[in-house]
Amino acid sequence: MVGNRYWNSLVTPLIGENPITLQILGICSALAVTTTLDTALVMSGAVTCVLALSGASISLIRRRVPRSVRIIVQITIIASLVIVVDQVLKAFAFEISLRLSVFVGLIVTNCIVLGRAEAFAMHNGVLASILDGIGNGLGYSLILVLVGAIREFFGHGSLLGKQILWTTAQGGGFDPLHLMLLPPSAFFIIGGIIWFIRARRPEQVDRSEFQIRDELQEERR
Amino acid sequence: MDENTISEDPIHALLLVLGVAVVCALLVSTSAVTLRPHYAANLEAHRLAQLGSILGALSERGYEVSAQEVESRVVELAGGAYSEKLDPSTFDARTAAVDPGNSIAIPADRDVAHIKRRAKHATVYLARDGSGNVDLLILPVRGSGYQSSLYGFLALEGDASTVVALKFYEQGDTPGMGARIQDPSWEALWPGKQVYDDTGTVRIGVARGKVSPGSVDAEHMVDGISGATRTSRGVHGLLRFWLGDFGFGPYLERVRRGEG
Repeated sequence: MVGNRYWNSLVTPLIGENPITLQILGICSALAVTTTLDTALVMSGAVTCVLALSGASISLIRRRVPRSVRIIVQITIIASLVIVVDQVLKAFAFEISLRLSVFVGLIVTNCIVLGRAEAFAMHNGVLASILDGIGNGLGYSLILVLVGAIREFFGHGSLLGKQILWTTAQGGGFDPLHLMLLPPSAFFIIGGIIWFIRARRPEQVDRSEFQIRDELQEERR
Repeated sequence: MDENTISEDPIHALLLVLGVAVVCALLVSTSAVTLRPHYAANLEAHRLAQLGSILGALSERGYEVSAQEVESRVVELAGGAYSEKLDPSTFDARTAAVDPGNSIAIPADRDVAHIKRRAKHATVYLARDGSGNVDLLILPVRGSGYQSSLYGFLALEGDASTVVALKFYEQGDTPGMGARIQDPSWEALWPGKQVYDDTGTVRIGVARGKVSPGSVDAEHMVDGISGATRTSRGVHGLLRFWLGDFGFGPYLERVRRGEG
């Protein structure tokens, strides 16, 4: 069924083919913007917009782009969209854009965007490409929001800036985990999420590319 | 699919790339032009909000000045003179500080604020009395705390030595520890402190621990924050830097001579 195919391109990137946890793409920004939930949400929105729009425009001209120049064309389109998104944030979400600093601009280098353009939008129709972009954007957002929520909750005792646990500094009993505000904590959390998903879905576990030789056994032979 | 039928003719490729570039350029420039007024308004509001933090602190000390009454000027730090070329409404010290053309590296032995580079210029804010003499002087200061950069304003009386207020509007140090540089109780220690001693040496700063009440330092120094030694040293260093020869020293000299 045609409708089913569209539905799939929207839903499979959420967990089944999640860009962060399965393909391990877009990790850099996932570390940088997830100290609080609001920056994670805005970044998610920005990436999803860029993915959907770049999918649409690249799919639109896919039959006219010679293979030799396709990467240049894709990067030009993606970079322009990112600049526009950055300008929109600076105009309408100034405070957040100050905190996101360079990371909105760095969406250009986010492998998910170019990856989806190459792997999907160059071979599929406009509608399917938009849905694929939104789906991958949502998959990225899911992880970002999860990590952002965990880090803000344990690092500040708050969610979206609203205090939930009173910290010792404010006279409460919660001692914030300082580690949560440092980039390594995002590694631990993303690692934990990947572990959880792959324990549930063993088909996602990477096949090992090299068999480590057991030298002792070889010698005995 | 029909992907194999795509022309690999170089002329076709060139035209296509040019076409995409033109469309993208139009998109980017249209959005830049349409959104520019919003962005400029946000920047201005941000600058006024930063200034508002010190003006709020001043009104608590009985200095009622509004952001509209404050005169803003760009100072060339090296000579201490006002720059006629740079417009305070568009000069952005933070961008200038990282621009190699508009900033200078601070020699390591002079860099007590630990900021490595500083812009060649800085925006200062002034209020004048009825006869045009400088009544109040607001200087931007920045330095390094325990784990974040500290940004603030130091307000001085017209004598360019008596502190009216020190207010940090941006810092990311540990809440309850270094972040107490924004506590009203600590801010209240600053008014009345003297930047210079009788010989003209910069003596203002943050003590290690408590300042003994009868000592010479009591006139210039405030108590350090216990449990936040690095932040306290950071504030001490940034004051010594920005009030010294490499910071606003030459400018304050001019103000004292009545050339402010």
